[in-house]
Amino acid sequence: MTRLDVRKTYKLYIDGAFPRSESGHSYQVSDAAGRFAANAALASRKDARDAVVAARKAFGGWSGRTAYNRAQVLYRVAEIMEDRRPQFTDAVVLAEGASAGQAGRIVDTAIDRLVWYAGWADKLTQVLGNANPVAGPYFNLSTPEPTGVVAVLAPQESSLLGLVSVVAPVIVTGNTTVVVSSFARPLPAVTLAEVLATSDVPGGVVNLLTGDAASIGPWLAAHMDVNAIDLTGVAGRPDLATQLEVAAADNLKRVRRAPSAEPDWAAEPELDTMTDFLETKTVWHPIGL
Amino acid sequence: MTATSPTRAADLDGVVSDVTRSDATLRRFLHGLPGVDQVGAEARAAGLGTRSIKTTAKAFALDLAIRMVDLTTLEGQDTPGKVRALAAKAMRPDPADPTCPSTAAVCVYPDMVADVKQVLGDSGVHIAAVATAFPSGRAAMDIKLADTRDAVEAGADEIDMVIDRGAFLAGRYLQVFEEIAAVRAACGDAHLKVIFETGELQTYDNVRRASWLAMLAGAHFIKTSTGKVQPAATLPVTLVMLEAVRDFRETTGQMVGVKPAGGIRTAKDAIKYLVVVNEVAGSDWLDPDWFRFGASTLLNDLLMQRTKMTTGRYSGPDYFTLD
Repeated sequence: MTRLDVRKTYKLYIDGAFPRSESGHSYQVSDAAGRFAANAALASRKDARDAVVAARKAFGGWSGRTAYNRAQVLYRVAEIMEDRRPQFTDAVVLAEGASAGQAGRIVDTAIDRLVWYAGWADKLTQVLGNANPVAGPYFNLSTPEPTGVVAVLAPQESSLLGLVSVVAPVIVTGNTTVVVSSFARPLPAVTLAEVLATSDVPGGVVNLLTGDAASIGPWLAAHMDVNAIDLTGVAGRPDLATQLEVAAADNLKRVRRAPSAEPDWAAEPELDTMTDFLETKTVWHPIGL
Repeated sequence: MTATSPTRAADLDGVVSDVTRSDATLRRFLHGLPGVDQVGAEARAAGLGTRSIKTTAKAFALDLAIRMVDLTTLEGQDTPGKVRALAAKAMRPDPADPTCPSTAAVCVYPDMVADVKQVLGDSGVHIAAVATAFPSGRAAMDIKLADTRDAVEAGADEIDMVIDRGAFLAGRYLQVFEEIAAVRAACGDAHLKVIFETGELQTYDNVRRASWLAMLAGAHFIKTSTGKVQPAATLPVTLVMLEAVRDFRETTGQMVGVKPAGGIRTAKDAIKYLVVVNEVAGSDWLDPDWFRFGASTLLNDLLMQRTKMTTGRYSGPDYFTLD
């Protein structure tokens, strides 16, 4: 007797839980060869709204943790990814059509990337912070602070390494985030959500929506309670990118602009992946009183 | 209402004096009211809560809900500065949008009434004061009456009194009736809202009895809760109270308002209540004179939803005051 296929329908990841889309919609995801792979939830603007509320709620607690603790939490995510390495490898093979060897190297790089960013958590302040020389009797100190809720449109091509490379730098500094995954290749993102849910990342710090960046993006870009947006996911679509930048200007969001094409994610990242989503706090402290 | 004789407005006084002749007659009347079908009431409230209110209907509902808000602060830490800021917000909830209506009233403790009055002036926003040893209602009668008179003298247009839940639950209905009637007399021209604290009344049957008791005693409004006890206002409790005011008007011709208070925090919840009002009591009650929300955080969510409808983009709490 042949065994029936278990045809999965995945859900969103919002506020530490896995709800269906508010709209009730889902869409078929194909593997790289065009065969049916699974159903994914099609996030609507209301899911994005709920995710922003969750991210805002989580911001105080997450940004208030010590940098050391955030690093530990990210290391823990890397550990669990390592445990689930076969599952991630399968997901990358399915989504990107890579060979098992290539997929394994992609997963390794993604895990290493996470560890690399985790290491930055308690070092970034020393690198970016300053004791500023001022003409007066003051200690003048500048330190980086997280900007708040960051919307991330994740890369469309690189479904795991690209995703980790845009999410990790945002949360390691204390921001919380609403991520819209690759539309055609959402399954590695779903697996990552399952990892985040079972690691020590508090609910609401990362909210993962599977769906179309072109339909959800404008709502996130215009949302007055989102502090910054990363447009990497609309790389190579300059008209849409411009439209999103205009919408984002309404509340002076920080914008990480869309590149003309997706970068090579295997290369070691620059610091601006983190500094683009930071504010600088400067304290004037009187001396000699 | 089957339990009452077919009376008309003209002889309401006659009915009242008849029913309240003694504790026994009042008890017979209240316990003669038909029982509330708990499962049915909860199912109906849940069913009405699923109605989808969108576009122009939603815009209407949001503005109506803002006009129905009794903007409330009842904290030990209230200062004159805080209640003044709240009063200013009640007049102009959204300073960025002149088309935004003002709220119905500001609800404070009696000692804050004078401060609120100074800010509100003749803006048309009412001043509600909680009185009669709020929130427990445990004080001697003369203290409760003095509390009420103080608030009215300070300029309160509306008095929110609490009933003595201990007396009600012990079955001393006549005592509760007489207290409400005495406070009503002490109110003078001010409107009287009677708070049941439905979270402490245990059953829907008790809510219905308390509703009739308060209406017979002359309440202008019946109100669910103080906001100090959980559960506060719920949709089924409000539904039972709306049925009571509807039946009371059918029987006596007198209209009484309803005010759910406490626990209503989102615009979505507020719209559910408005649907229930319309479907249970009727559209006559869709007016700030006959239905109110006792709330504080609700207003900001209503304003955010309103801004979303006018600007087409989601708003955030950064753009509204922290109360």
